[in-house]
Amino acid sequence: MRGPEPRPLFLVRASYRRRRLRDAARLAPAAAALLWTLPLIWPRGETRISVVLVYLFVVWGLSVAVAALMARALLRADAAEPGPRDAPDEREPPE
Amino acid sequence: MARRVLLIEDEPNIIEAISFILSRDGWTVHTHSDGATALDRVRAHPPDLVILDAMLPGLSGFDILGELRADAGLGDLPVMMLTARGQDRDRALAMRLGATHFMTKPFSNAEILDRVRALARA
Amino acid sequence: MLSFNGLVAISATYVAFLFAVAFAADRRAARGHDGWLRSPWIYTLSLSIYCTAWTFYGAVGYAARSGLEYLTIYLGPSLVMLGWWWLLRKLVRIGRAQRITSIADLVSSRFGKSTSLGVIVTLLAVVGVTPYIALQLQSISQSFAVFGAAGGARWHGLDAGSVALWSAAGLALFTILFGTRNLDANERHHGIVMAVAVEAVVKLGALVAVGVFVVWGLGGGPAGMLARIDASPIAAWEQSGGRWVAYTALSAAALLCLPRMFQVLVVENADESHLATASWAFPLYLLVMSLFVVPIAVMGLELLPGTNPDMFVLTLPLSQGREGLAVWAFLGGFSSATSMVLVATIALATMVSNHIVVPLWLRARSGGAMMSGDVRSVVLTARRLSIVAVLGLGYLYFRLSGGGAALASIGLVAFVGVVQVLPAMIGGLFWRGATRGGAAAGLLAGFGLWLWTMFLPSVGDGALLSAQVMADGPWGLDWLRPRALFGAATLDPVLHAAIWSLGINTALFVAVSLLSFPGPVERLQGAQFVNVFDHSDNPGSWMRGAAEAEDLLVMAQRILGPAEAQQVFARAAGAQGKAGWLPDVTPGFIQELERELAGSVGAATAHAMLGQMTQGASVSVEDLIAVADEAAQIMEYSTRLEQKSAELERTAGALREANAKLTALSVQKDAFLSQISHELRTPMTSIRAFSEILQAGGLNPQEQTRFAGIIGEEAGRLTRLLDELLDLAVLESGQGRLDVRAVRLDEMIDRALAAALPEGGSMKVLRRRAEEAVALETDADRLTQVFINLITNARKYCDAPAPELRIEVRDAGRAVDFIDNGSGIAPEQSRVIFEKFSRLGDPGKAGGAGLGLAICREIMSRLGGAISYLPGQGGAAFRVALPATAPSLSNA
Repeated sequence: MRGPEPRPLFLVRASYRRRRLRDAARLAPAAAALLWTLPLIWPRGETRISVVLVYLFVVWGLSVAVAALMARALLRADAAEPGPRDAPDEREPPE
Repeated sequence: MARRVLLIEDEPNIIEAISFILSRDGWTVHTHSDGATALDRVRAHPPDLVILDAMLPGLSGFDILGELRADAGLGDLPVMMLTARGQDRDRALAMRLGATHFMTKPFSNAEILDRVRALARA
Repeated sequence: MLSFNGLVAISATYVAFLFAVAFAADRRAARGHDGWLRSPWIYTLSLSIYCTAWTFYGAVGYAARSGLEYLTIYLGPSLVMLGWWWLLRKLVRIGRAQRITSIADLVSSRFGKSTSLGVIVTLLAVVGVTPYIALQLQSISQSFAVFGAAGGARWHGLDAGSVALWSAAGLALFTILFGTRNLDANERHHGIVMAVAVEAVVKLGALVAVGVFVVWGLGGGPAGMLARIDASPIAAWEQSGGRWVAYTALSAAALLCLPRMFQVLVVENADESHLATASWAFPLYLLVMSLFVVPIAVMGLELLPGTNPDMFVLTLPLSQGREGLAVWAFLGGFSSATSMVLVATIALATMVSNHIVVPLWLRARSGGAMMSGDVRSVVLTARRLSIVAVLGLGYLYFRLSGGGAALASIGLVAFVGVVQVLPAMIGGLFWRGATRGGAAAGLLAGFGLWLWTMFLPSVGDGALLSAQVMADGPWGLDWLRPRALFGAATLDPVLHAAIWSLGINTALFVAVSLLSFPGPVERLQGAQFVNVFDHSDNPGSWMRGAAEAEDLLVMAQRILGPAEAQQVFARAAGAQGKAGWLPDVTPGFIQELERELAGSVGAATAHAMLGQMTQGASVSVEDLIAVADEAAQIMEYSTRLEQKSAELERTAGALREANAKLTALSVQKDAFLSQISHELRTPMTSIRAFSEILQAGGLNPQEQTRFAGIIGEEAGRLTRLLDELLDLAVLESGQGRLDVRAVRLDEMIDRALAAALPEGGSMKVLRRRAEEAVALETDADRLTQVFINLITNARKYCDAPAPELRIEVRDAGRAVDFIDNGSGIAPEQSRVIFEKFSRLGDPGKAGGAGLGLAICREIMSRLGGAISYLPGQGGAAFRVALPATAPSLSNA
């Protein structure tokens, strides 16, 4: 997701990446939830439970890995952006 | 009949000194040391002469002088002001407010006696 | 075989070890070495209190009964942690910005600092968590019983109830010792968090050890284990989709709503960035915790059919003769139970004391916030009593429910209960239109439905609800049956309760919010919560009040303690560009003070206390907003403008003050000269007059002696004045050598008292010698001179019928306070007392030129310290702040 370290010239591009990173961070739990409910549509009675078990734990492990990478990136992005902490994307829509 | 002087002053030793000097000369000396009530005292028993210190607790000598001069009955009562600050500003203020005489501390005994006699005669 | 006493001894040793850990962590934190105590790893480990005995024992039992469904309980929280950027980050930011002390405080604070909402959430939490605490006690007593069954006859006399009782008592003691040390919620419970982190490692290690033993020791490695799983009674994958989704959602919500999780997630959070680490590390912890649950359950079902599956973690190693492993597993379960109870009890006790006891106490003393007595001790006592009460309730529930139910079902009762807070919490965080009325309606309805459909039936048939009500509904109304509300008889009981209670809760919350109108404070708080990232600074919610800074200080000292309150005030005064202790009572200052107080007594109480003191203000918040009744966004905008203009005004104020100071300086110079003239000429007048009288002669001997005496006396007065003036001149010009040596503070005070107070005088001196025993590097004569001046002043001016002088040493000898019990110095006069020739009262009584305090001030500044007047101490009070290091010796 992240290319080589952006040079100052591409600051706009960098902040765009940061905002998309935050989008990804917001979507991550939804994706994990979806993957975790997937076995519910597997055929009842035929699916071996060990498969389900292994599948759930593999998704779990992958989520942890992705989350670890994203957490590092988010912290770094946050530190790289002083001043107003959140870009306009971040704000709640006005009522 | 002995003539009466009212001495308004708050330093006990100076009160004693002036009282001693004047009473030896035949004056009856009354003393008062609180600025706030001094006017009442003057009104109650008007003396022949007032010796008024400038720095008094309660109400300053200048304020008392102003009040005295504003009072119709006491308008021409001779008032001698004493001050320890000795600045020209104070002297000017006292004269403007209508002091009959102005004297700076410390003074010589002869000087104050002369002045009191002169003022009382006038 | 291990005896009962042996097991008790092991448990006691383990508890002693935890005591030591907690104690050491508290000590380190108190000394300021709290660096690694605040690491993200400790934070992550402290979150593991989510895994209680329910996880440690109950998850295996759950898996043995219902297959993979147990995983939902850990998938839910993992989802919440993975989505930290969206929700938890906001929650933690709000928690820090508003100094939130508990989940009840959060809800109360969001909806206009409402006391009643705080009470509702507190009650809900107490009722909801009580079964959960009971569950932990039950697991401890069950685990003892397992060893008892294995040990046979040597375990006679074991009573499950007494094990639970003793555990509850021990936990209460531990919680009181480490949980109620300090009041400020910002001073975190380092000791407890550290103990919890250690327990997190122990329980994870124990479960993994048993799992490894089962998979590799009994199951023949991963492949063999998987084969066994497929051959086991739980092999069929027939999971109900509804329960899978609902339980995942419930457990996700519970992570946010459980009071103990809120405590570790938000209140104990030291740094927002720790969340980033926990976002993946905690799901990893949960993953490892749940990894071996199915293997243990399958192996238990295979080897020990017909026994309680909740205890497989213990019974499996025991049945294989692995006693050491079993003891480790026992300690793991013990850790899970105790750490949960510790934190849950602290969280609940904070809520009960802040939202129920203290408000009641305040109301009972309707005198308002200017009460006498120490609020701190009231709050601490309330918190301690609450801890005992909470654990007592847990024990009662354990006895009532008979300790028979499966662990998992008790845990779910608690989950559904506390999750009732969710609509109000999430709504409050993201929806500006949520109102207090909506939150209260939703919470009350959800609470009531949960009680009816889940809590009361859970206690056991016939215990609180008769079997007949359960079967036919109250008064024979079968559509009100607890397990089949409105005819929903076919639903799973947990699903049934969750759907009805949360559904109606949410519906009422939204509907009432839409129909009602938020009050002014609510709208402000709502804007602050929802838009927390836009302005973590404060908007103004206080207009200038009628309260004087001094009254506020008196109150703040009662709550925060004198040292801290004075620090807060001095800091605020410094920020306003003013020297001294008392800042201007600006809206900003009141708000800051309210936050400080909120950290001790909760937002609603702090608001009420300050409200009582600032009432009678010309403009109240409500007035202000009623006048400017407009969209909240415009309000925020104007708030920011207000802040800017306040800043400008402060700058202008500082400039004005500087200008006034310059003018005053030149006036002062004139005044100084004329004062000097007056002070010199007055004695000289007497001297001259009496010496002329003596010269003239004709006096009797008594008169001669008396007049000569007056001359001598006045000459002495002149000399003293000249000495003092010279002293001051030398000090002010910075000349004169300081004689700096190592001296003892108590000796200097002794000397000063001897010099300033005549023998047999009426003034009583109160000292605490132990605290005065401090060594200093300073000029003893100069410092003693300062003490003498202060003591002499107290003797001269203290107008109490029984004059008393308290001498108090603060900050380990960094400051000495001299406080008398007279009427003190009026605020407007206290500003000038350190000026030269400023004499209060009449000159005759003082007998000095009014240079004493001016000299004190110069001496202290030369010594590198300071002297100041302390307002709000009941009498005249001076603080001598001693230099932090010795002043330089090089001054010629």
